[in-house]
Amino acid sequence: MAGSSLMETFFQRTLEDLIKGLRLQLIGESASISKAMDEIRREIKSTDPHTKSTALQKLSYLSSLYFYDMSWASFHVVEVMSSTRFAHKRIAYHAASHSFDESTPVLVLITNQLRKDLTSTNELEVSLALECLSRIATVDLASDLTPEVFTLLSSSKVFVRKKAIGVVLRVFEKYPDSVRVCFKRLVENLEGSDSQILSVTVGVFCELASKDPRSYLPLAPEFYRILVDSRNNWVLIKVLKIFAKLAALEPRLAKKVVEPICDHMKRTGAKSLMFECIRTVVTSLADYESAVKLAVTKIRELLIDDDPNLKYLALQALSIVAPNHLWAVVENKEVVIKSLSDGDPSIKLESLRLVMMMVSESNVAEISRVLLNYALKSDPEFCNEILGSILSTCCRNVYEIIIDFDWYVSLLGEMSRIPHCQKGDEIEKQLIDIGMRVNDVKLELVRVARDLLIDPALLGNPFLHRILSAAAWVSGEYVEFSRNPFELVEALLQPRTNLLPPLIRAVYLQSAFKVLVFCLHSYLLQSGIVASTTCPDNLAPNVLEVLSDKDHPEGTDLAPHDASAHSKQEEGFNPRVLNQSSEDLPIEYGEEASAGHGQAATVDSLERNNFNYESIMNMLNLIELAVAPLLGSLDVEVQERAGNMLSFIELVRKKMLDSLAQKEDSLDRDRTEVSEIIEMMNDAFSNELGPVSVTAQLRVPVPDGLLLKQNLEDLETICPDVQPPSLNSFSFGSLHSEERDGDSLPILPKKEESQSSNESTSLLSEHRKRHGLYYLPSEKNEIGSNDYPPANDLKSESNMNYDAEDLVKLTDLSLVPKTKPNHAKTRPVVVKLDEGDQWPLAAKLQPKEASLSGAVRDVLLGSDTKSLSQSKPSDESSNRRKGKEKLNVDSPSESKEKLDDVEQRDGENPSSRKTKHHKHGKERRHRSTGNVVDKGDENVQKGMQNSSHRHGKHKARQKTDVAMNVVPQTQVIPDFLL
Amino acid sequence: MGIRFILMVNKQGQTRLAQYYEYLTLEERRALEGEIVRKCLARNEQQCSFVEHRNYKIVYRRYASLFFLVGVDNEENELAILEFIHLLVETMDRHFGNVCELDIMFHLEKAHFMLEEMVMNGCVVETSKSNILAPIQLMDKAS
Repeated sequence: MAGSSLMETFFQRTLEDLIKGLRLQLIGESASISKAMDEIRREIKSTDPHTKSTALQKLSYLSSLYFYDMSWASFHVVEVMSSTRFAHKRIAYHAASHSFDESTPVLVLITNQLRKDLTSTNELEVSLALECLSRIATVDLASDLTPEVFTLLSSSKVFVRKKAIGVVLRVFEKYPDSVRVCFKRLVENLEGSDSQILSVTVGVFCELASKDPRSYLPLAPEFYRILVDSRNNWVLIKVLKIFAKLAALEPRLAKKVVEPICDHMKRTGAKSLMFECIRTVVTSLADYESAVKLAVTKIRELLIDDDPNLKYLALQALSIVAPNHLWAVVENKEVVIKSLSDGDPSIKLESLRLVMMMVSESNVAEISRVLLNYALKSDPEFCNEILGSILSTCCRNVYEIIIDFDWYVSLLGEMSRIPHCQKGDEIEKQLIDIGMRVNDVKLELVRVARDLLIDPALLGNPFLHRILSAAAWVSGEYVEFSRNPFELVEALLQPRTNLLPPLIRAVYLQSAFKVLVFCLHSYLLQSGIVASTTCPDNLAPNVLEVLSDKDHPEGTDLAPHDASAHSKQEEGFNPRVLNQSSEDLPIEYGEEASAGHGQAATVDSLERNNFNYESIMNMLNLIELAVAPLLGSLDVEVQERAGNMLSFIELVRKKMLDSLAQKEDSLDRDRTEVSEIIEMMNDAFSNELGPVSVTAQLRVPVPDGLLLKQNLEDLETICPDVQPPSLNSFSFGSLHSEERDGDSLPILPKKEESQSSNESTSLLSEHRKRHGLYYLPSEKNEIGSNDYPPANDLKSESNMNYDAEDLVKLTDLSLVPKTKPNHAKTRPVVVKLDEGDQWPLAAKLQPKEASLSGAVRDVLLGSDTKSLSQSKPSDESSNRRKGKEKLNVDSPSESKEKLDDVEQRDGENPSSRKTKHHKHGKERRHRSTGNVVDKGDENVQKGMQNSSHRHGKHKARQKTDVAMNVVPQTQVIPDFLL
Repeated sequence: MGIRFILMVNKQGQTRLAQYYEYLTLEERRALEGEIVRKCLARNEQQCSFVEHRNYKIVYRRYASLFFLVGVDNEENELAILEFIHLLVETMDRHFGNVCELDIMFHLEKAHFMLEEMVMNGCVVETSKSNILAPIQLMDKAS
């Protein structure tokens, strides 16, 4: 064993050799690394500390740069850590801080080693241990080693002390109780004069304050002193960050710091400090007009700078100003909008955010239009950023800024046609949501949906499938608003729908079913009129056809007249026809008509004229032809719906034929049967759906015996092959072969091919020529040419010439704040639920942070923490009323008692005393100062302090004597905060 | 925590130094580094030095063939981080004398030590070059 270890020592490759070998790459990188790993595994077991540590060094090198696992070596790390040689020790410490985490089992073994090194006389060893602790400290380590850290916090060696201060952050976080021990010393370091120590301490407080600013308010005077005195930009930036947090909590503090911050902003040559000043002003001091103005001037300087970094930051700062001071953005809008076409994605993104902030209900249409044009021109990623931000801005607060929903719905339709659009999910959600919430928009919604459905080219783009599913649902649900239900059925059953995933196809089928039921129902109503006027039944179709032919060209002055006449007639006659079958139908129908009254009613009745016997039969044929092959579909949803639909048609057709054949006598009875069936179906579909509260599920009690949180992992072992049905799975192969029964049909693409849509559309047109029966005659007028336009064809080329300048001009007009936007339309009613449209905000404090801040407050404020927030307002007012002469009026005896309390609780901690004074007004302050120095002295001190403070200087620093230190501090705070 | 991680990556996208101030598993690190390197190396000189990635903001700067990438949270002052990167490079320059990629490769431990002197718990704690280098010189002397 000894021999082999000796050999190893001699022939071991050092880290340098390893790196050289990797660079040469004689046998390839992965091969040479695995060879090295083999060596390491052998060498690390060596008893020779040098061999062992070199192996560990190589291992951590490979682990950190080549991601090789080294958790298996954690015990070796601990072994090397206990080596007496510093060179070995540091390798082990480095390996530990790189690879250990909370769950590393050997962590419990290193407590003693760390303790030993923390108390070592070698400051380098102490620093190693501190460094390591700051990375890997766990709850146990932190609590076990708190005494050592506490000792080091007042070490005479600056090198050690500053690291101890740095480590405190991690120790506090893991073990909040340590605050009670260490916090006072930490504060003392803040008051020290050493610049190195100060910068570390401020850094630590900056981190602490960012988590829980309120607890550190009492330290504001210290930070203020640093803000005014320090000339170190790093420190100033940190202090500014602290004040950004504190000023938001304490308005009097904000007032105090505004001036020095503005001074820094004006004076400093360092851009980083200037930017931090700007950021502080715009985040936390937005109420101070002059400061904000100054900041905005500075922002403007940065904005027009050539340096892209400054430009980016300026845009970011503007987006912080925007909510409170929109004028700042408007002032700079030219630059902002031009940045939309910047070459840098980060800058583009920032300016997009800013543009979205300028959106209001008066300009949303214009801005969206221009942004959409940008989206057309930009790369896919940014295009989707634009679409995403339009969508999220517009739907904010239940479509708060949308007044013209017709416009918005058509905008959604337009978005869907943008080539790179990948926001299908969101658009789907909004289309359906708007349909349910806004009654008045349904007509336009159905029109948009129809335009989407009828375009066969869109079916080839898988990103649009979700949108199409929404469109199909909308047109089925609100079919009564449709201009031409026949065309709709055709669109829903067009051959290219086999490109859709099965679940969406099922939505299509269901919608087609709804349309069918609607058509049959309407037909029945109509023929009811005919019957009542005692016309022979077989004449009715002809009459209707004539009527419909007359009405068909839209815009003839005859149509509306006719239509309204008809609708009145219908309503008048309905009861008579239908009272045999059902009582509630007339009411139902009346509701329907009145729901879409005005425009909608006209359209309704117009179209209803088309329901004649022939067109209904055509529709039944078409559906049968298209749906029959789907009976063999592999997907249950599709198959079942197809089955339902076909049996329904069979039933209806039989009855209808019967009734035709027998005409007179049995007519009424058969009619009744058919109409009963149809009516039942219609009733089933005619219930309005409304929006559902997101919290609705929470209100449903969980039934007894139902385990919602059961672990279902073992299911996978039982049936590993079962895949959950997914929307994105495409399984065309078998589907399409079954759909077309052996005819000479064109071969449709088996896979999704968005690129080759041209090819498939031409195939489709061929198919269309051959099988005219798929298409009703009226359709030919709709789509003139045989060639479908390619997917996402940009029709409005002329509108694309919008440019940055145009938007600038545009926003010029629209950004001028109007008191009342002059819209022609009034905003329709948007259904809003009382509660539960938004998820309840889970505003829970992390328990750990809570306990940390609790501990900090306990130390800073004694046990008065609770009264802090409640007592503040009254304090403020009373202080203002009483003024300074109140100072000496209190009875010293009473105050003495209370002071003793304070002393018992806090010992000699000056900061805790400070807090009380600051929070509890003058009485307490007076008491404690009275105890330290006598009264006469106090007045003198106070006078001095006030005068010196006005000069922006502070004597506390020069004073080393503890008692003397306390006096100025106690007086500074109220002076500060009043 | 201001600084979350510091990476040094060469033009080819190979990591030369990686220092994390929060614990990530090796797989997470590998994925993160891959994504960030791909994102940042694709950018040109005219673009700004800040990239948003996941919940980080990456502040980066290129020196010759080496990219210095620092991941920070959104609160951090980006310009100060750029200054920090420059300070780091100057410090290494002073120690190695005209520092290059190879210096960092072969003296990774020293580079880590410098970082440890400068950053603790994700906070910049030391900004004086001689203070940063003092303990390293002490160690060099000792060994």
